[in-house]
Amino acid sequence: MSLLSCRNLAVTLRDRVIFEEVSLDLAPGELVGLIGPNGAGKTTLMRAILGLLPHGGSSSLAALSPGARALKAAWMPQARDIAWPVRVEDLVALGRLPHRARPAQDHAAIEAALDRMGLQRLRHRRATRLSGGEQARVLLARALAQEAPVLLADEPIAGLDPEHQIATMTALRMLADEGRGVILSLHDLGLAARHCTRLILLAEGQLLADGPPEEVLSPGLVARAFRITAYRADTPNGPVFQPLTTL
Amino acid sequence: MTRGLIPLLLLATLLLALLSLSTGPVALSPLQGLKALLLGGDGPLPVILRAIRLPRTLLAVMIGGSLGLSGAALQGYLRNPLAEPGVIGISGAAALGAVLAIQTGLAALFALALPLAALGGALIAVLVLLGMSGRRAGSLTLILSGIAISALTGAATSLVLNLSPNPFATSEIVFWMMGSLADRSMSHVWLAAPFMALGLILFLPVGRGLEALTLGEDAAASLGIALPALRLRIVLGTACMVGAGTAVAGSIGFVGLVVPHLLRPLVGARPGRLLWASMLGGAVMVLAADVAVRLILPDRDLKLGVLTALIGAPFFLHLVWATRRERA
Repeated sequence: MSLLSCRNLAVTLRDRVIFEEVSLDLAPGELVGLIGPNGAGKTTLMRAILGLLPHGGSSSLAALSPGARALKAAWMPQARDIAWPVRVEDLVALGRLPHRARPAQDHAAIEAALDRMGLQRLRHRRATRLSGGEQARVLLARALAQEAPVLLADEPIAGLDPEHQIATMTALRMLADEGRGVILSLHDLGLAARHCTRLILLAEGQLLADGPPEEVLSPGLVARAFRITAYRADTPNGPVFQPLTTL
Repeated sequence: MTRGLIPLLLLATLLLALLSLSTGPVALSPLQGLKALLLGGDGPLPVILRAIRLPRTLLAVMIGGSLGLSGAALQGYLRNPLAEPGVIGISGAAALGAVLAIQTGLAALFALALPLAALGGALIAVLVLLGMSGRRAGSLTLILSGIAISALTGAATSLVLNLSPNPFATSEIVFWMMGSLADRSMSHVWLAAPFMALGLILFLPVGRGLEALTLGEDAAASLGIALPALRLRIVLGTACMVGAGTAVAGSIGFVGLVVPHLLRPLVGARPGRLLWASMLGGAVMVLAADVAVRLILPDRDLKLGVLTALIGAPFFLHLVWATRRERA
């Protein structure tokens, strides 16, 4: 059973081919890290999967009506837009908009999302007054409150302190372990190696690799896609991946 | 605070409407006014109430509500606290239509020629606006097209005044543009009412979309909000409401800007809730201002639009000051 399925996705923006022939599936229980150098098209790929921009090929999510898709997939964009000084709990509650649920159900989903992201202490604060990292957690909590089987998040841990980077990755992994499917883009290959169940490497306008972290983060692929060398080790505390030098 | 706000604003609207009915050259108590209005009776009072003060009061509520509602909707859609109905060019285009009607003498032919010409101006502006901001265009295209239409209609209005050979028409235009509710009749109410009702219907379901837009256009779209449909509703709704308001009363500035700004902190800054609070708040503000113009200078016909701008502009400065401090 797959949560989403894409065949031969291709996006061309202003006569420039961003990527072509991207096919992938997402199964319940997967925490998929989408990695690739700047400008590889990670954001574009996730927006194409959701059907938020014109694309070739097919995506099972893009084929749905906007209302039905909102129940299937939550999306946390990279731009951390919070237009008005609303309270944190009101912002998280926006994730309930697609649902026509009972208030008790909405309330439970909002509380669960606040708990997962450790935001109970901030719930009455104005979201616009928080720091960038705190805002990122609030926006991710909003996406969690949507309680969709699929979560796509664009660099959700960028700008977070180490504690909250690890806490967020752990929370996302728990979400996957509970049977949802998560795709997130990230640049921290060390965290990707430790927490993701699977990595997708987007580079050179195509899906360069798709598999378990240890396969995708092979020296050859890392050198080809990122033009770096790295230190890799399996330790008693789990895999370690540390980029070292540029090529 | 939030829960009691709407009933409080409703109460204020009712009380000010009563005050508006009893304010004028013929002094009477609100109770006397209500009695003459509802029960009729002998003498001039029922006529004064029904033919002069009732349309004035109704128009103040309708126009104030329109300005407040469309101001809140535009600020929510454009995610900009400085947006107001004038910013998308509708009121400017409606004013140009009215000015042309006065200048060409069309306005003298029959009573509703002027408001109809103003509505025509608003309609043309909407068509240009919708043509410019196609299906995939974002809110920035809308705001830029609106500013261009505002500038163009403003220049065309100035041109008419500039070349006008008729000083009487010129002074009539100038006074009309100041915005007023004096000497309006029930026919003005009946002309504006269907457009405003249509606008209201268009605005009814936009709250959900505006709430979602707090998170930006991409996140709103992913929450299942159809943004092109939302934009269409807001542009058409504003055009109907503000176009009709400008058509019967001239330009009444700053209400659509100030009222949403004032009420935003009282609704937890939520754009969906702000809509209806702002509609009532607009009615309160225009009613109060229209009572004030009759009390401050009873025999000089102080123009409503002048007073709202006089109160509104310092407020605008305060808003700019406050945002400057917040960003520093």
